[in-house]
Amino acid sequence: MALIELKDVRRVYDLGEVQVHALRSVTRNVELGEYIALIGASGSGKSTLMNTLGCLDRPTHGSYLLGGEEVVTMNRDQRAKIRNRQLGFVFQSYNLLNRTSALENVELPLMYGKKIPPRERRDRAMEMLGKVGLADRYHHHPSQLSGGQQQRVAIARALVNRPSILMGDEPTGNLDSKTSREVIELFRELNEEQKITVILVTHDQNVARNAKRVIVLRDGEVVEDTQEFSLAKAALEYDPTVS
Amino acid sequence: MSFLDTVRIALRALLKNKMRAVLTIIGVVIGIAAVTTIVSIGQGAGQLVSGEFEALGTNVVLVLPGQTRRGGVRQSGAPTLTAADADAIRVECPAVLAASPIVGTSGQIIYGNENWNPKEMQGVGADHLTVRNWALDAGGFFSQTDIDSNAQVCVIGQTLIPKLFRTVNPLDETVRVNNVPFRIIGILKKKGANMVGDDQDDVVLMPHSTVRKRLNGSPLDTVHAIMVSARSTDQMSKATKEIRALMYERHEVGPNDEADFSVQDTTEIAATLAIITGTLTLMLSAIAGISLLVGGVGIMNIMLVSVTERTREIGIRMAIGARGKDILRQFLVESVVLSCIGGAIGIALGTAASMAATMLINAYKPGTEWPMVVSIPAALVAMAFAAAVGVFFGYYPARRASMLDPIDALRYE
Repeated sequence: MALIELKDVRRVYDLGEVQVHALRSVTRNVELGEYIALIGASGSGKSTLMNTLGCLDRPTHGSYLLGGEEVVTMNRDQRAKIRNRQLGFVFQSYNLLNRTSALENVELPLMYGKKIPPRERRDRAMEMLGKVGLADRYHHHPSQLSGGQQQRVAIARALVNRPSILMGDEPTGNLDSKTSREVIELFRELNEEQKITVILVTHDQNVARNAKRVIVLRDGEVVEDTQEFSLAKAALEYDPTVS
Repeated sequence: MSFLDTVRIALRALLKNKMRAVLTIIGVVIGIAAVTTIVSIGQGAGQLVSGEFEALGTNVVLVLPGQTRRGGVRQSGAPTLTAADADAIRVECPAVLAASPIVGTSGQIIYGNENWNPKEMQGVGADHLTVRNWALDAGGFFSQTDIDSNAQVCVIGQTLIPKLFRTVNPLDETVRVNNVPFRIIGILKKKGANMVGDDQDDVVLMPHSTVRKRLNGSPLDTVHAIMVSARSTDQMSKATKEIRALMYERHEVGPNDEADFSVQDTTEIAATLAIITGTLTLMLSAIAGISLLVGGVGIMNIMLVSVTERTREIGIRMAIGARGKDILRQFLVESVVLSCIGGAIGIALGTAASMAATMLINAYKPGTEWPMVVSIPAALVAMAFAAAVGVFFGYYPARRASMLDPIDALRYE
């Protein structure tokens, strides 16, 4: 059984007079421990696919099995629980809570999960901050941290509940190339050493090159799914209107 | 999320915008303070009134002369009651404990070279102290024998002692009232002021027969009123009925005639007064309640703004696993915390204000003991009400926050 099984997943936005097909039909499997980059031009449906995989959005058609459980028929609370226990999110704009210390930001997912004594919660958050190399900055607020540091706090927050999947939506989009490389390195370590499944949406070719599998989307459909970055790049740059 | 964490997060969110929190709280503070003050003062008034009636004797019924008609002219206060009526009431009405005829008079009381004009100078019956539920401090009271023999004896209230006697023990001393000598045979216990602030201890009681004959010089056997006490407060209405029936019979009032007397039941007056003060308190509370309502709307307004401002935060919380009810609870707790802080401050302010009001009333009306009422249940009710305001006005914004779509909330700028 695969970790993720998508079967004919479609997402249609009904805007009254027009219907927008963000995802036409996606059928894909993801195994435990994979490192996947989702790439595609703007409007290709990669963010919609990401939101669907992240249980933030619900497809209008098809089936999505996560660890053997059907997500499509779940209610809001059940999906919130999945997000809390099995998924970790990293965003382009970090999305840390302002005026809240790094430690408290990392503690947050633990507060919404199973009841954990405050002391243990704190210890686990500290341990996670240590793993991303920010143990000495635990009391700093996001505004006192650099972009790279903020993103590392966000990664610590995403991982503190020991999820099986780490999802990133343009995680390096706001970072300069140096910190970007650091963050990419962190993803690779997490995937290789801790066997965490990583799925990233990205524009950044350096990020995509690092992934072990690249899925290319165009107009809501998968046009390439390969382990060879060069093939993905070719698919991405292929323009059907030119030929 | 545990309740403690929720409260902690709510407090922190409020502290981020102190000025706004304070301004929001003020609305609730004013509302709760107003309600607390008014309820407290109203209850003080109620206690004062009921205290007065208890002092008067809650089981007292007054029989007063009615209006008589002489050739078409109505005359009130006509002398239609007699001491014999009082005796008959006492003997023939089973629900009556005691009855005392009352004859009013006035004049100057002189002892040695001191003189005094007592506020109340009454001729009463031998059972007067039983009727009024009054006690003696020293000496005794006159008996039926004294009344029958028109004895020149009197019993005085505490106020007279310093006015007439400096060092002398008043007992057995002789005073003169309008040049008629009276021997003091008893001294009443202190009773204090009544609800209108009149000193009830400024009193001289004498046998009603003596007053009528020696002081008023009246040839008639009539009295001004008859004060009757029922055996208990419960038997008041029974006693009133019995007295009425007996008096109809004795005064030969026919079914079509107008009675030449009236029977007044003081519990009715007390009840009426209680209703009046109660209604007044309720009305003022309702007005104060409106300010509380305004305070609540203020909370709702601020919470709505807060939800909009924090849409992104809500989205982040949802993305990392907060359920709708977690978000709902967070905002609800926030508004309840706001209203409860306001409520606590309001209760403190209201209590202080009612204390100040009580002190002012007592200072400007000497002799009045307006009771200071700080009612714990009222404070608890006010607190619960404040919390209810928080829940009621916080629910809609909180609900709105909890219904947000996580994706939309995350994208919100």
